[in-house]
Amino acid sequence: MIEIIEILLSANFWAAALRIATPLIFGVIGALICERAGVLNLGIEGIFTAGAMAGWMAVWLGAGLWGGVLVAAGAGALFGLIHAILTVPLGLSQHVSGIGVTLFATSLSYFIYRTALPDVSSPPRIDAFQPLDIPVLSELPFIGPALFQQTPLTFLALFLVLATAYVLYRTPLGLAIQAVGDNPAAVESQGLSVYAIRMGTVVAGSAIMALGGAFLTMSAFDAFFFGMVNGRGWICIALTVFASWRPGKALVGALLFGAFDAFQVRLQTEVGSFIPGQVFLMMPYILSIAALIVVARRADYPRALLVPYFRGQR
Amino acid sequence: MTDPIQAAETVLRLDGITKRFGDLTANCDVSLDLARGEILALLGENGAGKTTLMNILFGHYVADEGQVYIASPGTGLSELEAGSPHAALEAGIGMVHQHFTLAENLSALDNIVLGTENLSALTSARKPARQKLEDLIARSGLSVPLDARISQLSVGEKQRVEILKALYRDARVLVLDEPTAVLTPQESDTLFATLKKLADDGLAIIFISHKLAEVIASSHRVAVLRGGRKVADLPTADCDLRKLAELMVGHEIVETVRSKGSPGAPLLALNAVSAGEGRDALHEVDLTLNSGEILGIAGVSGNGQTMLARVISGLQVPASGTMTLAGNDETGANARKMIDEGLARIPEDRHHDGIVGAMSVSENLAIESIRKPQNQRFGLLRFSAMRETARRLIETYDIRCQGEDSPARLLSGGNIQKIVLARTLDPEPQVVLAAQPSRGLDVGATSDVHKRLLAARDRGAGVILISEDLDELMRLSDRIAVIHRGRLSAADPTEALDRGTLGLRMAGQSGEAA
Repeated sequence: MIEIIEILLSANFWAAALRIATPLIFGVIGALICERAGVLNLGIEGIFTAGAMAGWMAVWLGAGLWGGVLVAAGAGALFGLIHAILTVPLGLSQHVSGIGVTLFATSLSYFIYRTALPDVSSPPRIDAFQPLDIPVLSELPFIGPALFQQTPLTFLALFLVLATAYVLYRTPLGLAIQAVGDNPAAVESQGLSVYAIRMGTVVAGSAIMALGGAFLTMSAFDAFFFGMVNGRGWICIALTVFASWRPGKALVGALLFGAFDAFQVRLQTEVGSFIPGQVFLMMPYILSIAALIVVARRADYPRALLVPYFRGQR
Repeated sequence: MTDPIQAAETVLRLDGITKRFGDLTANCDVSLDLARGEILALLGENGAGKTTLMNILFGHYVADEGQVYIASPGTGLSELEAGSPHAALEAGIGMVHQHFTLAENLSALDNIVLGTENLSALTSARKPARQKLEDLIARSGLSVPLDARISQLSVGEKQRVEILKALYRDARVLVLDEPTAVLTPQESDTLFATLKKLADDGLAIIFISHKLAEVIASSHRVAVLRGGRKVADLPTADCDLRKLAELMVGHEIVETVRSKGSPGAPLLALNAVSAGEGRDALHEVDLTLNSGEILGIAGVSGNGQTMLARVISGLQVPASGTMTLAGNDETGANARKMIDEGLARIPEDRHHDGIVGAMSVSENLAIESIRKPQNQRFGLLRFSAMRETARRLIETYDIRCQGEDSPARLLSGGNIQKIVLARTLDPEPQVVLAAQPSRGLDVGATSDVHKRLLAARDRGAGVILISEDLDELMRLSDRIAVIHRGRLSAADPTEALDRGTLGLRMAGQSGEAA
């Protein structure tokens, strides 16, 4: 019991929670805006991988860190465009197309990596983003080390949550995105293009997802290796439901998951001698399933999610 | 055709519009003029091409031949870009679709403003929008709670939001597709009063309808479409019901006449049945159906009719209350048991619940009796017997199809309904549950449905007729009950009722029969 309280009271634990949550924040925000426009994007797992690889490789080839971030976003946008073309004007199954994009993006990333680096035993490293000490704030006791000693990408993720909420709820574009995910006919009858709004949103959402991947290779670690995304994309799809498609709740969900994960690592070192380690590894997933069961039953799905729209058909 | 005096004020002209879908010609060389301040009724049966024509006007479809011309303020008529709702809106055409085009997750205000602002704008200018709308509401009387989410609004309010959408964009031509289909008679009266006021202010209005009475009461001019062609275009003052009906149908109409029924013993009874939740729930419904009568259930769509039909057909277990059929308790019986006990279910959505489109006509005809010995032996289906029955039913019920093996989805709506009628009525059921049985059917198919229902009654079956069409109910039913917000009124003899009383009850005001 004492150990648990000690874990929860350490600034180090909360810093880790926020760090673990960062790629999930990017992922869930990206998935959320795609779904708000009515398109489920199961390409997320592959887009994470593509973002991780592309960002890392750009830096390894000599680009600056922010250049790498842009390249990652561009890679995500490109795979998003594939998904958007397949699912919006062509109206194919969003599930099938999404899984296809994941397989394609993952395999292509591995292929390019292997082609560029045919025989390296240990993955080459880059100079990754370093924690940014925000003056004054980072020196606050407890809160400073917990919240304000993160890498720039974490702050970018938090900013994106705010920006997404603002765009979605306060701008004409956000209204159009919300409407197109609820009833595309409402958008068309007001003279807007359903296809343009849906495709644009999917491309932008995919670019944001890819930043989650970029965080992995450019902040959390400083190299790319196979299997590093490790299901984070799928977690984001679940978190989107958990968040009822709201950016604020999405942040809470991602942080909750990050906290579970950080907690299990620490608990493992405390009581790992008599409970098998796998139990702890399972914990965040089991807890997120439990949270989903509680929340998702009342989830308010975008009504047009998964429903393709064809002009002149009703 | 146009009066030369009005020609100067023409705001809209359709010129030689032709539209084909595959082999079907939906519109053939249709021309139409509309003047400022005029209310034009576009009359026609289902499938006459009314909606197609208006969708061409609004840019949802592109015409194969012909053009649309619209007057812009100060200048004469100019051609409207085809196939672009955006261009139509810009030119001042507003359209209220039959199925509302509103985003349920947004407020009324947001729905109205949607698309009128630059998408790259960083803020939505709601304050001036609200000001303009409040002015519009004050002038037109179209009261709407601007900040309520669409999902919380009533059907009438949603329709007013749709009209406000057009007015907010300064529409000069307003098109309404079957605007009264979802309204009570009183709500319809209010709507037409509003439209008259808007027309007096200079708005040109086209409303699509197949209801003759409202066309005569509320329009200045009538254009009649039949089979995609315009067959008449005349001032409403020169029309009467009979003339319009004949123009619409193309031949003289023989109405189904109901003889006085001879009701027998109670057959089906519901006692204080509650079921479901939300808008379509039932609350303590009592109902008694006698043999040899047609009991009509009137109501505006979405007031529990669907749930009532589900409960009676055994698709929904009531939360409380009991149901008996011929004296046996059937509460909680499933659909198969109800069919075995002698219930015929004519479902509301015949395409979705009435047939399996990919299966053949003969399979669809046998689908409710595949366990009967005539259709199976040792658990294997007897296809030859099924085909034979199918051939007999196709003959008796005049089902127009390529043959008993053709997929049911290829049939027209009227013929699909004939499959349902043949399947359910042929075994001579005790109780017939007919939910919206003539919805979307043309006059011929409708009168066929009516004859079959009356025949079922005359051989002693009890018929429950759920309908939104008051004329149909008053013509067929021996007694009529009204359902409103899941509560069912007592059933009164049709002779003691009139449209006004029924309309009040449909709106939830339990005025006693006058």
